[in-house]
Amino acid sequence: MSGGPVLILGATSGMAREIARTFAAAGHPIQLAARNVGRLADDKADLETRHGIAVTLHEFDAFDLDAHKAFVDGLPALPAIAVCAVGAMGQHEENINDPKAGAQVMRANFEGPASILGHLANAMETRGSGTLVGISSVAGDRGRASNYVYGAAKAGFTAFLSGLRNRLAHKGVHVVTVKPGFVATAMTEGMDLPEKLTAQPVEVANAIRSAVQSQKNVIYVRPIWRLIMLVIRAIPEPIFKKTDI
Amino acid sequence: MTNLSGWGRFPVAECRVIRARTQTDVARALSQGPLIARGNGRAYGDSALNPDLTLDMRGMDRMLSFDAETGVLVAEAGVLLADIIAAFLPRGWFPGVTPGTKFVSLGGAIAADVHGKNHHVDGAFGSFVDWIDLMGPDGRITRVSRDHQPELFGYTLGGMGLTGVILRAQIRLRAVQSGWIVQDSYATRTLEEAIDVFEDHLDWLYSVAWIDCAAQGAHLGRSIAMLGRHATPEDLPEARRSAPFQVKRKRSLTMPIDLPGFALNRYTVHAFNTLYYHLGAWKAGRTLVDWDSYFYPLDAIRDWNRIYGKRGFFQFQCVLPTDSARTGLHQLVQCIAASGQGSFLSVLKRFGAQDSRFSFPQAGYTLALDFPANDRSLALMKTLDRITLDHGGRFYLAKDSRMPSEVFAEADPRTEAFAAMRRETGLDAAFASLQSQRLGL
Ligand SMILES: Cc1cc2nc3c(=O)[nH]c(=O)nc-3n(C[C@H](O)[C@H](O)[C@H](O)COP(=O)(O)OP(=O)(O)OC[C@H]3O[C@@H](n4cnc5c(N)ncnc54)[C@H](O)[C@@H]3O)c2cc1C
Repeated sequence: MSGGPVLILGATSGMAREIARTFAAAGHPIQLAARNVGRLADDKADLETRHGIAVTLHEFDAFDLDAHKAFVDGLPALPAIAVCAVGAMGQHEENINDPKAGAQVMRANFEGPASILGHLANAMETRGSGTLVGISSVAGDRGRASNYVYGAAKAGFTAFLSGLRNRLAHKGVHVVTVKPGFVATAMTEGMDLPEKLTAQPVEVANAIRSAVQSQKNVIYVRPIWRLIMLVIRAIPEPIFKKTDI
Repeated sequence: MTNLSGWGRFPVAECRVIRARTQTDVARALSQGPLIARGNGRAYGDSALNPDLTLDMRGMDRMLSFDAETGVLVAEAGVLLADIIAAFLPRGWFPGVTPGTKFVSLGGAIAADVHGKNHHVDGAFGSFVDWIDLMGPDGRITRVSRDHQPELFGYTLGGMGLTGVILRAQIRLRAVQSGWIVQDSYATRTLEEAIDVFEDHLDWLYSVAWIDCAAQGAHLGRSIAMLGRHATPEDLPEARRSAPFQVKRKRSLTMPIDLPGFALNRYTVHAFNTLYYHLGAWKAGRTLVDWDSYFYPLDAIRDWNRIYGKRGFFQFQCVLPTDSARTGLHQLVQCIAASGQGSFLSVLKRFGAQDSRFSFPQAGYTLALDFPANDRSLALMKTLDRITLDHGGRFYLAKDSRMPSEVFAEADPRTEAFAAMRRETGLDAAFASLQSQRLGL
């Protein structure tokens, strides 16, 4: 099996590594993009060694909006599939007490990803084909006291993806929104996560690949999350505000 | 804190676990005090447990380079043999040595210097290792090999993570022409006959015997002895020759629950062994077996270690030198059969010569069995310890979770030198496991 190139934005995360492997295993050439691509040399070697596919590295800064168009134009080929795994949780205490820190989180999870996917969308629309994958979060489904800055940014990103999907529906470009739920990565290490609700990065990767293949719109990696978030969203505000969910 | 155990699920210890994704993570962990590296947790006992700090190496699992001419692979320590097979068997390469599960990490295979069914021909895993990048207590990396720091290299093979953290290594794979194994199996009436099969077929690459150690009297030690070699295209049926590496992917079964204690008793074990023996006898002769079923029959049942219930189980594995092997094995098997404690799986292998600083193999025969974790098993193993010692044998640390330090020291004169080396180089202050503490390493 093989296919067009897959671009992974924010390629240094553990989740991104598995996503790249999953597409590489299916024969796709891979474009890895992140800040400080020096850190990706071993990942490039790994993908090439394991799967015998070509890997290119691309310097990418989600915060540098001015450079995004040039980044897209500078890719060796417009990808068939682009996966945006850029994101940052920050420390909630800091996010709510220091507006600057909060803004960084919003930029990393919403502004930056929206900008780069916007450029990619335009290019794919012109070409008339492609798939965009945005990794959002269940945290965006409803704001909660414990992480609403991050949640708000993800909510914005979810809405953006939904609008983009709507706009491109007749242009041959498909948009997938991924809500992973808890994932065992460096970001969540040391947190006490319930095992049944926590996905491994490889599960996220497999879910994304099959969502891309079957043109799903919105996926929760572990299906149980769809139910949980349905319930959480359904709680009336007067009650919700008294809870500690 | 995480509840951790080895594959035998005994002992369980609450451990602080840090997952390393880069070598910087490893260095940072080292600055936080004594630790033990952990691969994929397939050692049976407490080799990879340290309550204060256990360093999970599975996050470092990248393959860094491969030479398609020579089969030389450089990979990080957290890569599993299963990953290596998935990547390279389709290109005609297989691990030079593999244990009975493919879910071991490269670091774990080196640290235990694991053996396969081909020890009598090729030696242990270390024979295929060119160099190891080892991180020492101060976070410095040394590339050890047969030429550079040969002593530290030698001690790291079989050193059970007590000489440093293995970051990456260069290994040589074996060129194979198919994903199939030609297997000849024999049903032997006694243990002695099984040994004869080994001795008569030392030219076969792989050999192993499964022993019915519930059988007594005239049937004592009856076995299914199996020889194997990699199939060439000529060995394959016409239809398979065009795709010699393609084997059918089997669906794996999962052991869904811990079996309750009463499910495992002398009657069920006896019945299982008898059944297995007769099935084996019925199927004796030449067959073509795919690589996965041949090397890793147990991997087909996920979480099979739950068969022994919540309390877990012990493994016992010793090696007896060639000269005393026949009498020693006879005593061991007799003692086990008489105890009625049984074991679902008792495995006998032939080891060839191996001269190493600390790793387990030596020329002779190795016997491995498992027993449910209870007091009767502990008492039985005490007797087995004694028989092993009396026959000049030694014990495998990757399977151990209960040996007293005196027994280990008596079995292995190299123990003192290993412990002294650790003291003199300060390694003992940086690397420790529950096992190393128990055994005074
Ligand atoms: C079903 C089954 C069959 C088996 N069959 C065989 C067999 O036929 N032959 C055989 O020899 N063994 C066999 N074993 C044992 C197994 O091969 C060894 O225990 C092996 O070491 C397990 O590797 P691991 O990655 O799971 O390591 P772990 O169990 O996690 O650790 C084992 C040891 O390796 C050390 N270690 C792991 N990674 C590193 C690292 N990066 N740096 C330094 N030290 C490290 C640990 O500290 C520990 O001492 C079998 C085990 C099972 C479960």
